[in-house]
Amino acid sequence: MPFIPHTDADVAAMLAVTGTSSCADLFDEIPAPLRMAGLQAIGPALSEAEISRLMQSRARADGEPLCFIGAGAYDHYVPAAVWDIATRGEFYSAYTPYQAEASQGTLQVIYEFQTMLAGLTGLDVSNASLYDGATAFAEACLMAVRANRRSKSRRILVARSLHPYYREVATVMLRGQGISLQELPLQDGCCDHAALAALSGKDFAAVAVQQPSFLGNLEQVDALTDWAHANGALAIAVVNPTALAVLRPPGQWGAEGADIACGEGQPLGVPMSAGGPYVGFLVCRQAIVRQMPGRIVGRTLDLDGNPGFTLTLQAREQHIRRSRATSNICTNQGLVATAATIYMALLGAAGLREVAQSCHANTRELVSQLAALPGISPPFTQPYFHEAVLQLDRPVGPVLDALSRQGVLGGFDLSQHYPELGNALLVCATETRGSEDIRAYAASMGEVFGAAA
Amino acid sequence: MNEQLIFAYRSAGRQGFAPRASGTGELPAEFLRQDEPPLPTASELDVVRHYTRLSQLNFSIDTHFYPLGSCTMKYNPRVCNRLAMLPQFLARHPLAPVEHGQGFLQTMHELQEMLQTVTGMQAVSLTPMAGAQGEFAGVAMIKAYHDARGDSERTQIIVPDAAHGTNPATATMCGCDVVEVPTRPDGDLDIDKLRAVVGPQTAGIMLTNPSTLGVFERQISEIAAIVHAAGGLLYYDGANLNAILGKTSPGAMGFDVVHVNLHKTFSTPHGGGGPGSGAVGVGDKLRPFLPIPYVVKQGGNYVWADEHSCPQSIGRLSAFMGNAGVLLRAYVYMRMLGEAGMQRVSDFAVLNANYLMARLQDEGFALAYPQRRASHEFIISLKQITRDTGVTAMDFAKALLDHGFHAPTTYFPLLVPECLLIEPTESESRQTLDAFVAALVAIRQQAYDDADAVKQAPLTMPVRRLDDVRAAKQPDLIWKQPAA
Repeated sequence: MPFIPHTDADVAAMLAVTGTSSCADLFDEIPAPLRMAGLQAIGPALSEAEISRLMQSRARADGEPLCFIGAGAYDHYVPAAVWDIATRGEFYSAYTPYQAEASQGTLQVIYEFQTMLAGLTGLDVSNASLYDGATAFAEACLMAVRANRRSKSRRILVARSLHPYYREVATVMLRGQGISLQELPLQDGCCDHAALAALSGKDFAAVAVQQPSFLGNLEQVDALTDWAHANGALAIAVVNPTALAVLRPPGQWGAEGADIACGEGQPLGVPMSAGGPYVGFLVCRQAIVRQMPGRIVGRTLDLDGNPGFTLTLQAREQHIRRSRATSNICTNQGLVATAATIYMALLGAAGLREVAQSCHANTRELVSQLAALPGISPPFTQPYFHEAVLQLDRPVGPVLDALSRQGVLGGFDLSQHYPELGNALLVCATETRGSEDIRAYAASMGEVFGAAA
Repeated sequence: MNEQLIFAYRSAGRQGFAPRASGTGELPAEFLRQDEPPLPTASELDVVRHYTRLSQLNFSIDTHFYPLGSCTMKYNPRVCNRLAMLPQFLARHPLAPVEHGQGFLQTMHELQEMLQTVTGMQAVSLTPMAGAQGEFAGVAMIKAYHDARGDSERTQIIVPDAAHGTNPATATMCGCDVVEVPTRPDGDLDIDKLRAVVGPQTAGIMLTNPSTLGVFERQISEIAAIVHAAGGLLYYDGANLNAILGKTSPGAMGFDVVHVNLHKTFSTPHGGGGPGSGAVGVGDKLRPFLPIPYVVKQGGNYVWADEHSCPQSIGRLSAFMGNAGVLLRAYVYMRMLGEAGMQRVSDFAVLNANYLMARLQDEGFALAYPQRRASHEFIISLKQITRDTGVTAMDFAKALLDHGFHAPTTYFPLLVPECLLIEPTESESRQTLDAFVAALVAIRQQAYDDADAVKQAPLTMPVRRLDDVRAAKQPDLIWKQPAA
């Protein structure tokens, strides 16, 4: 029997010990009217060979189109060692390190993960991961409301240039606690600083900005951070870890630095994988660590005075504090955090910087080639990192459909979330989209535009 | 055995992996970082060796029996991992058009349907990324349902006192008040107390069945009738679905909404603390409120249901569609089980638990609920041993590590003093269970012979018992480079 080791002799002997004559007897506390007849709709079992063939054929049917979509998920090269090591059974099939002495491997990896994220963001302490970038942002908002004792506000001022799905997820997760997001509008593809100035003196628990923004642009984060602090709000930074290899980290924003940084760790060695599993991260200043949600690993000493690692500050968490916990989170994304840690260890600061610079250079090349086509132009003059907006002279949807038929995923159509930008397309080229890929995209785009002209 | 921190492998200029640089950036200086982020400088071999060594410091299912109650630490078949990591699945962008993902979407649609079948629900959304997020989705849907009916005074969520901590924490996150109902000495809910607390403020009740006490709640139909009559809805926490798979279903028991921990019942790996998946299923009442996106079949094609087709949805819980890779693993596992295999899961999970319980009772261990059948897990209380020898459940847990077994869940549920919550799962052989009994018997013997020796355990792990007080009072949460 697949995955069941029992022989007939075992079963007979075990039933005898339990004083029953069949497995069915063991379910005799389930009232008869509740019994199911069976699971006919599930169908017969497939062998390992059969399911392998089925999954391979489905995967092949989906193919591997040439992808220039970013929008929160990025196609970086993942070194072979990352998942070879992360899927070792000792990592893959362990659980939450509640028995610290038998979980030092996982615990030390998480301590290293925390250290690397704190280093990248320039802040003091990190937790052991959250589900993804969107929920990390929502948890950052909740944390800011708890941590900001000077403010009575249950509103967060959020840049419209922050990922629209992150804002949607946060809205869902904050609604029940009466916390709401107020939008800081766009001006020329970045936060509108005049609108911000007009809000001076208003009470917000926090101000949240994404750098680089969802539109790829670099925001004036110093002014935004200083505005937050001048108005009694905490500053929340949503950041891309690849970009942090080259961009000034949240801990150095403005006069005092951001208070909380969060984001999506997927760029750190995690495949795009249709949306997950990814790994959210949350990093903050030491002073507010006790408001942090989720698991945190600390280094301590054992009975012999030797260093070791353990889950700590657990009085914040649901299994201790129940209805008064900082969050309901229990399981997080441990294995993905493990992969991200291995990725960061392999690349180091120098490798990550090379990735970041290549992404930036490739995206500039992409923008330059596409904008050379008549009918396409870059609408903004702000510097961007590895994503940029292009203005088309026609609706984006049909253009993307035509590209898709040629095996090119041409970018993210912004018209649903940013109608004020008109026919706007968000494109991205990571280090894995070299000159040849970019020329292929530009050629396809040229055909689409030529054909439609 | 210990392993130094990765940061100790320092050699300026060393780099484990060199991406091909295709150019340098031309970003304005005002945006640029001046300092070097303190990441490791290690060779590829250093990194491989370091993390391989760290892995060897772990207990895991692949290396040890791991009878952690309420966590369902069953074998994670390797083929599930291999097939979820097919290159086309890994390369799929979450916002890629559906034309380039019909194979993937069909797989997700079939998974939704299989989960509907096993839970007895009418519709499923796969987006919640862990059990606690499934709970959040469930309670948020219950609130949305009441609000849509203009019934917005319903702000109370009832939970049994034995509930998993995520239940009350979830209710709070959703802005609800928590009302606890006690458990009777026989392990079932105190139904008179339940009757006394339901009313016009009741939004719903969150239950696990079998409960966290390892017994099947026999009055479940009566509970459902009471809560429904009061206008509330029933939420099923799927943590213990392994015990009833194919025998009964939350739908048959009267539940309105359920989450399933795919990382428990459907064998996706726990990964040292995630990723999980907490897919939610609902009956017809809650269908309009399901979190988006989920897959629907339109004509011959599979497409996403989103905010346009589901205007009453509670909304998104993840940037994209949840933990797709986890969902693929669960799908492979479920197809390999088939109908008969699912029945076997609960048959053998429950057989193993009842066998282990009977063996321990024969050896003189005190069961928390000796008059009851075990579900897929059961509780023993070491209270008498603690009273006699001072050796606690925690000491037993640590001593088990020296015997080569991961400890059961300790001190949960909080109702039973000095308890071990033991869940063997269907994966384990009779021989393993017998060896586990022998270990517990040996530890008890040692407790009476030399209690101090047990209190010293573990002695064979990479570290001895850790100072948790120091960890919390002097938090050392990141490594800092020593001052030069």
